[in-house]
Amino acid sequence: MSAYLKIKDLHKTFYPHGQPLKVLDGIDLEVEKGEIFGIIGFSGAGKSTLARCINRLEKADSGTIELGDTDILSLSKDQLLKQRHKMGMIFQNFNLFDSMTVYQNIAYPLEISGVPRKEIKQRVLETAELVGLTEKLKAHPGALSGGQKQRVGIARAIVTKPDFIISDEATSALDPQTTIQILDLLKEINEKYKITILMITHELDAIRYTCSRMAVLEGGKITESGHVRDIFENPHSKTGELFAKVFMLFQSPEFTKGEGI
Amino acid sequence: MSLLDSSFWEVFLASLSPEIWKDLWGPIGETLYMTAISSVIMLVFGIVIGILLDITNPNGLIPLKLSYTLSGWMINCLRSLPQMIMIILMIPVARLIFGKSYGTNACIIAIAASCIPMYARIVESSLLEIDKGKIEAAQAMGSKNISIIFKVLLPETLPSLIRGFTVSVITVLSMTALAGMFGAGGIGDIAVRYGYQRFQHDRLFACVYILIVLVQLIQGIGNLVSKRILKTRNLV
Repeated sequence: MSAYLKIKDLHKTFYPHGQPLKVLDGIDLEVEKGEIFGIIGFSGAGKSTLARCINRLEKADSGTIELGDTDILSLSKDQLLKQRHKMGMIFQNFNLFDSMTVYQNIAYPLEISGVPRKEIKQRVLETAELVGLTEKLKAHPGALSGGQKQRVGIARAIVTKPDFIISDEATSALDPQTTIQILDLLKEINEKYKITILMITHELDAIRYTCSRMAVLEGGKITESGHVRDIFENPHSKTGELFAKVFMLFQSPEFTKGEGI
Repeated sequence: MSLLDSSFWEVFLASLSPEIWKDLWGPIGETLYMTAISSVIMLVFGIVIGILLDITNPNGLIPLKLSYTLSGWMINCLRSLPQMIMIILMIPVARLIFGKSYGTNACIIAIAASCIPMYARIVESSLLEIDKGKIEAAQAMGSKNISIIFKVLLPETLPSLIRGFTVSVITVLSMTALAGMFGAGGIGDIAVRYGYQRFQHDRLFACVYILIVLVQLIQGIGNLVSKRILKTRNLV
């Protein structure tokens, strides 16, 4: 299989208070078509910036991002808008529109890309059924639980039938049971529609549960990448080691007995 | 009847007499007319200028530093004029447009000139309250700026916009009373001519009742509408 998302030597520097802060310092990354690829890192490692550079919510300073045959960084404004119709994004805080019903929220991406009303209805109903929200279409997001809100977020991301979804900490605000349900949903979408998913998170379990391959992001650099199992068993980076340690800790008998370490 | 030669109670009773009130319906109409027209003008221009301020903000949708700074500076200039000075300043403008410098319509210009900058600032701060994540989500889906403004920004901040408008309409109402001093007619005119210049305190009292009732009504309607919206959205 060939790489679908290719990121080469991506740099991004912010200037908070005038001081340069290298957030992305030469990222190289390849994600294959149809896989769920995990990116893990601590807070401030540059995960969200990386995600936002891919759909150009943030403009990278240098480097290249290729998605399929599209060179993201050289797109004109109009082309970028069209490209964004073809990629979904899921957020930690859901970012749903409170003024719209669930139906309108899911329909919004179709409306702005000029899909005819009749087709919108059909697609929204289909998608709502897939994510299990058929009963809630007339409700406003304010009346939903966190898990339901994220289902709306996912429905909104996949209703345009994208090839690629960025999940930026999609389960970080949810409780463990809901997290599993949402991850199952992401897996189902990935298998059913062959949508490539880039999953950005600081949660180990989420990555272990969903991804086949992953990368560790540390200080704006990818410190290691490969199969999830290999990284957990044989970490080569500080972050990787720490995560593996935490993982071992949670599995250690002392911990599970509740006697403290 | 005046407080100078009658007791408070007598003046109060007199202020309720039909004789006084029959002369007040006309001025009430003028006040309502001035408030309504000025509020509509204020609403339209305030929203437009408020949106422009919000999107040209350095962190806005279309950052335009120069235009943002300049318009901000102009608004501050207009806002630093007390309402009374604004009315006097607008006399030549009113004469230019209506051919006379007094009357209800002439004062609407002064009221609008004074209240538009205020409401524009209120709109701006309401729009800035929106969760930036919502804007980002809309951008990530490929929204054009125009759809972000009309489908996300304005609807999402609607309850706050309505509350701001309510406060501003009350300011407009109080300014119509002030404009009464400059020949605009209305309740303020009655209060000044009878209550102040002729010591007819019963008429002054009646004006106070009317203003209190109007303010309560405006605030009540504003609260009701914005609460209704929040309730439909399950946000309260």
